[in-house]
Amino acid sequence: MHIIVKLFATLRNGRFEQDVLHLADGVSVQHVVDMLSIRSDEAAIIFVNGRHADPEAPLSDGDTLSIFPPIGGG
Amino acid sequence: MDKILRIDMGASGGPKCTVSDLGEYAGFGGRAMTSAIVSKEVPPLCHPLGVENKLVIAPGLLSGTIAAMSGRLSIGCKSPLTGGIKESNAGGQPAQVLARLGYAAIVLEGKPAGDDLYKILINKDGIAIAVDNSLKMLPNYDLVAKMKQEFGEKICCISIGPAGEMKMNAASIACTDMEQRPTRHCGRGGVGAVMGAKGVKTIVLDDTGMPVRTPNDPEKFRDANKRFVEGLMKHPVTGQGLPTFGTNVLTNIMSEAGGYPTFNFQQGSFAGASKISGETLAELEKKRGANPTHGCHRGCVIRCSGTYNDNNGNFLTKQPEYETVWSHGGNCGIDDLDAIAMLDFLDDNIGVDTIEMGAAIGVAMEAGIAQFGDAEAAITMVREVGQGTYLGRILGGGAAVTGKVFGVERVPVVKGQAMPAYDPRAVKGIGVTYATSPMGADHTAGYAVTANILKVGGYVDPLRSDGQIELSRDLQIATAAVDSTGMCIFIAFAILDQPETFQSLLDLLNACHGLNLTGDGVVGLGKKVLSMERDFNARAGFTKDHDRLPRFFSTEKLAPHQVTFDVKDEDLDKVFNW
Repeated sequence: MHIIVKLFATLRNGRFEQDVLHLADGVSVQHVVDMLSIRSDEAAIIFVNGRHADPEAPLSDGDTLSIFPPIGGG
Repeated sequence: MDKILRIDMGASGGPKCTVSDLGEYAGFGGRAMTSAIVSKEVPPLCHPLGVENKLVIAPGLLSGTIAAMSGRLSIGCKSPLTGGIKESNAGGQPAQVLARLGYAAIVLEGKPAGDDLYKILINKDGIAIAVDNSLKMLPNYDLVAKMKQEFGEKICCISIGPAGEMKMNAASIACTDMEQRPTRHCGRGGVGAVMGAKGVKTIVLDDTGMPVRTPNDPEKFRDANKRFVEGLMKHPVTGQGLPTFGTNVLTNIMSEAGGYPTFNFQQGSFAGASKISGETLAELEKKRGANPTHGCHRGCVIRCSGTYNDNNGNFLTKQPEYETVWSHGGNCGIDDLDAIAMLDFLDDNIGVDTIEMGAAIGVAMEAGIAQFGDAEAAITMVREVGQGTYLGRILGGGAAVTGKVFGVERVPVVKGQAMPAYDPRAVKGIGVTYATSPMGADHTAGYAVTANILKVGGYVDPLRSDGQIELSRDLQIATAAVDSTGMCIFIAFAILDQPETFQSLLDLLNACHGLNLTGDGVVGLGKKVLSMERDFNARAGFTKDHDRLPRFFSTEKLAPHQVTFDVKDEDLDKVFNW
């Protein structure tokens, strides 16, 4: 399956802003986080298709996965 | 910091100063001080620009000490924008300097009979008030340059631009930063118009020769401050995210979350978000030799502010904040950082609230005055505000006035005040705060974005109505208390997540004032402030029906999540049941 992955803030360092990853069906968010060598505490906010998701959440073909480190502002 | 300075601007023979002790206002600072004086002394049915309104300027309980982050200045009055009570706060230098000069509050009262414009100098020698009509209609940057020529390099200024002199609803009060730039604004609610109505162009402060405030227990205070700073540095948001990217780091996440109001609240994400994001902004600033990591006042350790240079490498404005990048950016369909930075400079110079201004332009664009995305038209509109043309005066009246004049239905205001950069349909907790805050739509009054989006202080699903009332209630209470300390609200990221950092804040307050405050005491202070504010509003004619969002938020679905604001009215009425 194909997943669009978007990284933000410091997670882009040494990685990318946006990429399309080819993955085995049904892998979890955590699988992608591990694959990208992102520490769990760095993957503080996870969206799948714009909704908050847990690391264990399974991904489906065409999903957009957005990963943020701890951030705040306002 | 044990006295209150009252200046009767309408006294016969010219402005008259009275200095008194704190009396019944002892123990109050910042927002607690401004709201206590306004609720007690201002007739709720008075005209906000009339003789009976008062403008109260108060540093926080910890301002002027060595406590980190203690530089917020609160300004309160009856608001010409909302008709209710107002407290608007800003960073910059004045809170620290005013506190070191010994004043817990300045109260501008009365109204001069003529149209003379006054400047007020406060230093170790006392208070000097003079007519200076050469300052009329000076923009804030020019005004500060002139004051530096006259009073030297050590001053800081509290001032209004042309918008305040024209008594516009969107007029702000500027506070100078460490580099004496008028970049930090008490923006919301038209406080600048009230200062203009009092005939005061600027209050110049100079604390040369005045000592740092001494806490009741200096040793305990130093120890608490050390732990407090360690806590701020340790938390990833206050220690890394904010200093690196500034507040604008939120653009991408809000657009990804579908809660970024775009094209005047028509949709929840913006295709141009990446071009104006905090990541792009910080990179551009570094490339042009500007500084993305800068503190707005002495003692700031988070350093979320910054500077923005034009494409020739010359200073143009401060690093525009997230709310400004949104209001003038995505809200108006504009994805050009140089244009947004120019709008930020113009807002600061003219002296208007960037949120209200961008929201008013968004409403005007919806009315067809210009096309969404037309940055040049937006710049022209803000220039017209500064010139006081008829269109400029309409826009300077705020989003609600602009909507009425041009016959627009989709006007994102509560109690007449424009909503900031989070759509309440997709971030329902902040919708509860917008609806119920005594201030009108104000994100800082109870920043539910923390738990709704950022997973700070827990998690409450932003797209569901469950749990939002409790979330907003707790945050509104905590914020009212923090706003009274002089502390920057961004300390909340650390104190919500780290109990030991919250304890160090309590220890700072206790060591400073010789108190034994507990967490419950802080909650009590927050409730007291909110109760005073709601009492004023009730006497000014506000009812529960004013604690509602505009109807279109309940009837128009917001893409991409196709959600409406569905928190029940009867639940909104429970926010202040404690």
